[in-house]
Amino acid sequence: MKRFVPLLVFIGLVGLFGFGIWWNSWHDARYVPSPLIDKPAPDFALPKLDAPDQTVTKASLLGKPYLLNVFASWCVACAEEHPVLMADGRALGIPLVGYDYKDVPDDARRWLREHGSPYDLVIADQPGRTAIDFGVYGAPESFLIDAKGVIRYKHIGPLTPEVIARELQPAIDAVKREAP
Amino acid sequence: MSARTPCRSGFSRDSMPRRSQLKPLLRMALLALLVFAGHAFAASGAIEPLPFKDHAQEVRFQNLTKQLRCMVCQNENLADSNADLARDLRLEVFQLMQQGKSDAEIKQYLVDRYSDFVLYDPPLKPGTWLLWFGPLAILLAGGVVVTVAIRRRNRGNGAIDDDKPADGRQAGNAPADMGDDW
Repeated sequence: MKRFVPLLVFIGLVGLFGFGIWWNSWHDARYVPSPLIDKPAPDFALPKLDAPDQTVTKASLLGKPYLLNVFASWCVACAEEHPVLMADGRALGIPLVGYDYKDVPDDARRWLREHGSPYDLVIADQPGRTAIDFGVYGAPESFLIDAKGVIRYKHIGPLTPEVIARELQPAIDAVKREAP
Repeated sequence: MSARTPCRSGFSRDSMPRRSQLKPLLRMALLALLVFAGHAFAASGAIEPLPFKDHAQEVRFQNLTKQLRCMVCQNENLADSNADLARDLRLEVFQLMQQGKSDAEIKQYLVDRYSDFVLYDPPLKPGTWLLWFGPLAILLAGGVVVTVAIRRRNRGNGAIDDDKPADGRQAGNAPADMGDDW
């Protein structure tokens, strides 16, 4: 019996290291679950990108669910996500609100002109102060905010058709069932 | 994936010149520093000086930001990181300090937004029991294994095979068994 002990220990270690490799092959170490899920979105008052003299507040967006998508013209992964939003954004069935994060407004406007805008409305947070309240740490990030202003779902990193089908769309459907 | 400023570590030390070369090098370095200082500060956004009230507050700030993680460059703390967000958060911590917030309140402020992950020292709660006590449990388990092994060896005096009854041999032959045992 005892001669098998080293073999068992070896198999145990292989299992442990194998799990480590498997876990790291799909698990994104940068992904940190947001503590804001199911909590009211922070209050904000930010200018529109196209009309900086007009302010958009959290209160002004209450009443129907929307997707807040954090992006920036300097953000490489946002350019990766952009075609997905252009293609599938409309089909989500809720308004898309762009959140231009720590960006030069002119750069953002040019970026949207060149690539096309998937957004119904774009707000600009040039200093990035409000983004701290949202716990933003890397664009792109997407927040699903329901009609009462509660954050129901958050995705960190580019939205892909798979993520939309598997996570975002079911979350949107749930939110829309509550407040059509 | 998204950091505007790449994570930069400090200077590497393995390229230190030998002492004899140091003087001319130093002169050149100083000259270069003079020439490029203006540029460097404007472009790189070095760790910005903050208007602290006094030295005690500066020490407190340094101490606090060392305990906080930069969410962009996750192996860097807030004090050292050159990431854009880290700069914003340093300013935020500084402003909260000016408002008279305690260290605990400032930490809570960041935890509310970025989760416990911003703390280098994870709080003790059910979700982190394994993290806190896991090493201790493994150590204890190892201790138990070693104790059992030593006891068995002393009792049986090298009788390795459990299936055979101990036959009362004495200590002399123990080394012969070493190869087989563990």
